[in-house]
Amino acid sequence: MWNPAIETMSRENLRELQLKRLQETVALAYDKVPHYREKFDQAGLKPQDVKSLDDLARLPFTVKTDLRDHYPFGLFAAPLKDIVRVHASSGTTGKPIVVGYTRGDIATWAEVMARTIGMVNTTSEDVVQVAYGYGLFTGGLGLHYGAENIGATVVPISGGNTKRQIMLMQDFGSTVLCCTPSYALFITEVFLESGIPRESLKLRAGLFGAEPWSDAMRRDIEEKLKIDAVDIYGLTEVIGPGVASECLCKEGLHICEDHFIPEIIDPETGAVLPPGKPGELVFTTITKKGFPVLRYRTRDITLLMDEPCACGRTHIRMARVMGRSDDMLIIRGVNVFPSQIESVLLSISHTEPHYLIVVDREKALDTLEVWIEVSEELFRDEVRGLEQLERRIHDEIESVLGISVKVKLVEPKTIQRSEGKAKRVIDKRDLVKQ
Amino acid sequence: MAVKQISVFLENKSGRLAAVTKLLAEKQVNIRALSIADTSDFGILRLIVDDPDKAHKALKEGGFTVSATDVLAVAVPDTPGGLAPALAVLEEAGVNIEYLYAFVAQRADMAMVLFKVNDTERAAAALIKAGFGVPGPAEVYSI
Repeated sequence: MWNPAIETMSRENLRELQLKRLQETVALAYDKVPHYREKFDQAGLKPQDVKSLDDLARLPFTVKTDLRDHYPFGLFAAPLKDIVRVHASSGTTGKPIVVGYTRGDIATWAEVMARTIGMVNTTSEDVVQVAYGYGLFTGGLGLHYGAENIGATVVPISGGNTKRQIMLMQDFGSTVLCCTPSYALFITEVFLESGIPRESLKLRAGLFGAEPWSDAMRRDIEEKLKIDAVDIYGLTEVIGPGVASECLCKEGLHICEDHFIPEIIDPETGAVLPPGKPGELVFTTITKKGFPVLRYRTRDITLLMDEPCACGRTHIRMARVMGRSDDMLIIRGVNVFPSQIESVLLSISHTEPHYLIVVDREKALDTLEVWIEVSEELFRDEVRGLEQLERRIHDEIESVLGISVKVKLVEPKTIQRSEGKAKRVIDKRDLVKQ
Repeated sequence: MAVKQISVFLENKSGRLAAVTKLLAEKQVNIRALSIADTSDFGILRLIVDDPDKAHKALKEGGFTVSATDVLAVAVPDTPGGLAPALAVLEEAGVNIEYLYAFVAQRADMAMVLFKVNDTERAAAALIKAGFGVPGPAEVYSI
């Protein structure tokens, strides 16, 4: 355990700490972020109205469009001179949503990430292979800083080039692998096909997250790769990975409650639901200074478990994410909104073309296809013209989403309509039920 | 001089061409010439028919993506080297050829070639001046 004093602190002391930090954060947001001040004023609230943790439920929600509307830096609570890092995640249209970290926030992140990586008893003796993407995406750098904080040897290999991943895993003696679960499965399959003996690897554990997966997939990876595989959870808007992570009991993810207060709400009414009831997960950050968020609606559906855990940690657990309360897709760990693809198509065609997003998984890797019905407006009598159209749609979607896509031009009426409205997404992966 | 060609977007999968020809047969539309340009995923079917307006309407109603394009029909001698002088005339006139294909049927010793060019009028004038037969729509549709 990375930080036993905090991770096993009594619920009573934890709640006391949470209230103090919540009050500080609410005051900070109210003082420094006009958006929060407006929302509070509209609701007739003052920061001083937060007298107990129960008062959290009186505060207005923050939603993704609030982040988009204040692109890029409008919700920062610190001046740019105090912001040492920005990260970004998919917005619902062409623009990403941007978050900023002060030096203190980066330290907080390294702390919660060390707890996450510590879930599999990682020490300075370990070699941690970070196969999450590095860059604006929070995965790579989040895991990186956490592993360095522990003092482990970090291999910042980033994603892709699977044969090289396996070669370095052998040569460097990597003991902990960090990546998306689908990429872990892909690495596993390539490794098994290679015929390299298992004894040549020192790998013992994997920290897998950034996309939904199932217990069946966990068992598959654990059996084939002979490691412990745990689920890790986070989102850029809150801090990145490090928000919650499974201990080796593998029965839910402990939330770092001294930094993030979770709530489960009814996505329709907004009412707070008790532990054990599934609903939408909402987070309030209580220590971040650069980008505090109050009651941020994650759109992830899960439930909270307040029973004590056998590992001794007292922080509440969340179940694996069971689904979404919006239409967001996670493809190769990247958040994709159908509306992002729609905005590209609308920029190319004056009328909205009929399109279909087909997501599948081939050999453990997600594939994304966008089918577009060729309307008379889009149709060209020359092959070159249609190929140019295909290429343009392809390039613009890739530049907005940041992941590769296959564009397919199809005949009219290929895409099924139900009640006059086309079904926009077919996800063949069946991620959480398998 | 321009002849109306009907172009249809087709996905590269079995039965699509048959669907077009079946539909046109039902509407009593006679196909005079056809050509397909294809890629691995899709194709463009180009048709010269006896009644382009009727074909256009029928295909559109049948759910196909259709467009009408002006092309030029040129009669060239059906002998070795028959096409080369026509191409030379177009090159001389600075006309770019997008694509061309030939008629299924032919008249006596003449072959009929269809040209899609970037400037139909200039191409027609140059060809006529050089002595080539450039039949008009009525003649072409009824070949």
